[in-house]
Amino acid sequence: MPVYCPGFSARRRSLLKGLGALGVGLTFMPRLSLSEEEKKLNFYNWDTYIGETTLADFEKATGITVKMDLFADNDELFAKLKAGNPGYDVIVPTNDNLERMIKANMVMPLDLAKLPNFKNLDPVFQDAAFDPGRKHSVPYLWGTVGVGYRKSKVEGTIDSWKVLFEEPKYAGRVALLDDAKIVIGSALKYLGQSLNSTDPAVLKKVEELLIAGKKNIKVYAKDNGQDLLASGDVDLTMEYNGDILQVMTEDDDLSYVVPTEGAEMWQDCLAIPTGAPRPENAHAFINFIMDPQTEEGIAKTVQYATPNAEAKKLMDKTYIENPAIFPPAEVVAKCEPALYLGEDVTKARDEVWTRVKAA
Amino acid sequence: MDSWRGNLRVFWTLFTPGTFWLLVFFLIPLGWLFHDSFSDKISITETEFTGTLANYIRAFDTVYLQIIWKSIWISFLATTFCLLLAYPIAFGICFAPARWKPLLLLLVILPFWINLLIRTYALIAVFRSQGYLNLVLGWIGLGPFEMLYNDGAVIMGLVYVYMPFMVLPLYATIERLDRSYLEASLDLGGSQFQTFWKVTLPLTMPGIVTGIILVFIPCLGSFLTPDMLGGANAIMIGNVIERQFKYANDWPFGSALSFLLMYVTFGALALRAYYAARSKGVDV
Repeated sequence: MPVYCPGFSARRRSLLKGLGALGVGLTFMPRLSLSEEEKKLNFYNWDTYIGETTLADFEKATGITVKMDLFADNDELFAKLKAGNPGYDVIVPTNDNLERMIKANMVMPLDLAKLPNFKNLDPVFQDAAFDPGRKHSVPYLWGTVGVGYRKSKVEGTIDSWKVLFEEPKYAGRVALLDDAKIVIGSALKYLGQSLNSTDPAVLKKVEELLIAGKKNIKVYAKDNGQDLLASGDVDLTMEYNGDILQVMTEDDDLSYVVPTEGAEMWQDCLAIPTGAPRPENAHAFINFIMDPQTEEGIAKTVQYATPNAEAKKLMDKTYIENPAIFPPAEVVAKCEPALYLGEDVTKARDEVWTRVKAA
Repeated sequence: MDSWRGNLRVFWTLFTPGTFWLLVFFLIPLGWLFHDSFSDKISITETEFTGTLANYIRAFDTVYLQIIWKSIWISFLATTFCLLLAYPIAFGICFAPARWKPLLLLLVILPFWINLLIRTYALIAVFRSQGYLNLVLGWIGLGPFEMLYNDGAVIMGLVYVYMPFMVLPLYATIERLDRSYLEASLDLGGSQFQTFWKVTLPLTMPGIVTGIILVFIPCLGSFLTPDMLGGANAIMIGNVIERQFKYANDWPFGSALSFLLMYVTFGALALRAYYAARSKGVDV
């Protein structure tokens, strides 16, 4: 469904605009030796997920022209690279997808010697469970998946997944994401389990919870929960924090919360796909992104949380103290990153999802 | 006409492009999917042909059969509404003054100039709770009605999208209809209704059948419309197949489901051939 649809506000995981990528072809240049890489770079990114001047600044600094293609979701990124790299130098997979790509040898190891700006990262982001020792990736931006809601249409404090999964009060006014991994993961957190639980008995409970709660659900949003919320079609939705933040700037009545049970804490990473034609340029680009000034420009535009400690120092208070961007420490402590659990678990979760949707 | 053997150059010129197209863009990809549907996943990115039937056996699980049945049912309803709406439209165009015909036909085809996804988003803007239709209804004190995010919305979306596929073949047959038959029927004392039922309808049956096929088959495989207009229960087999090629990363199972869907389509075509054979040779 590769189509561009105008008239929609800027957001990252928009199904629509990311698909615009497909119309744009790639240059398939012959691979040159490392010392004489041509001054080009193919960057495969999410939509509206870069600073306004980042690419131009990079060209000014290095003379390397960046051509950016857009993908709509991790599945699209994975499917595009599965049969071989069509010519991309830098990609932006989310942590669990990155882990899967590492296991399938679809990304190259990084040469940290060429990334001196790595030191700018917050120490907690200098290592990761899904990429031990940061051998294949550096963090780009991170965030959470929580509950976006319309303040005037809810009662009391919204602080639990209950409002989405089994609160009859809000029947017919709730949207969940149309994403098996995130819905099942959030339901696991609600049941007090790990987001990455693979216990079939627990998964069965999740299935029962989701099927029982279905009567309250108006729609499984194709990542347009923020639009449904903004237009008043629903009053509560499961969404990525940045998506809700973007509509919050236009509507004071909207808010976002990470439930106290914890949620998925995702991290988008920069990596070099195997077979990248210009790995030298790719390293230069990744290093440039980790420069505090560059990262500041990106964070200002996209309003997601930066893992870059030096860049964070440059940001103003409204960004640093926004709980929708940086949730309180006690909530963060309950959040987990999704891990890649293997193909069999993916299959099991996909079957749960099919049964939930067909029920 | 000369035998093609006498004009080999002409024969190959005409034969090659079509065959090339069919082979490269249809038969080879389809053959690959067929091959994949008998394969096992051996790693994250690789499959291996083992001749296994496991994918097909899995596809016969109740939940998938239910979804296929639901897809058939929704497609059937969408096709029926399409036919009921398209027949008078096609008739109207045929009996319109000659200078209006091109314009009216253009209006039928015009939506094709706009991408499906954008048209579907336009439908959302019109029909959602705070949409244009509810706005207008609000002026006369009605509503707001919940018109989106249910099976009805999916059927409406499918009817809207595939309507031209029904109108055009109907127009083609009605246009060719010899109107003296209608006059004869009326002259001989047949009522308007009898004339329509016993003369017009049988004579336009080929167009009806073609239209039904052209609408029913794409409806059956649709996934974008249920995704965007459907509610919590809107899942069609196209959505399950899409998910196998994306999230689930299970191409062999996705291929098996695709082929199962194709067999359902073949079934529909066979049914058509059977009725065409019975209907005294009237065919398109």
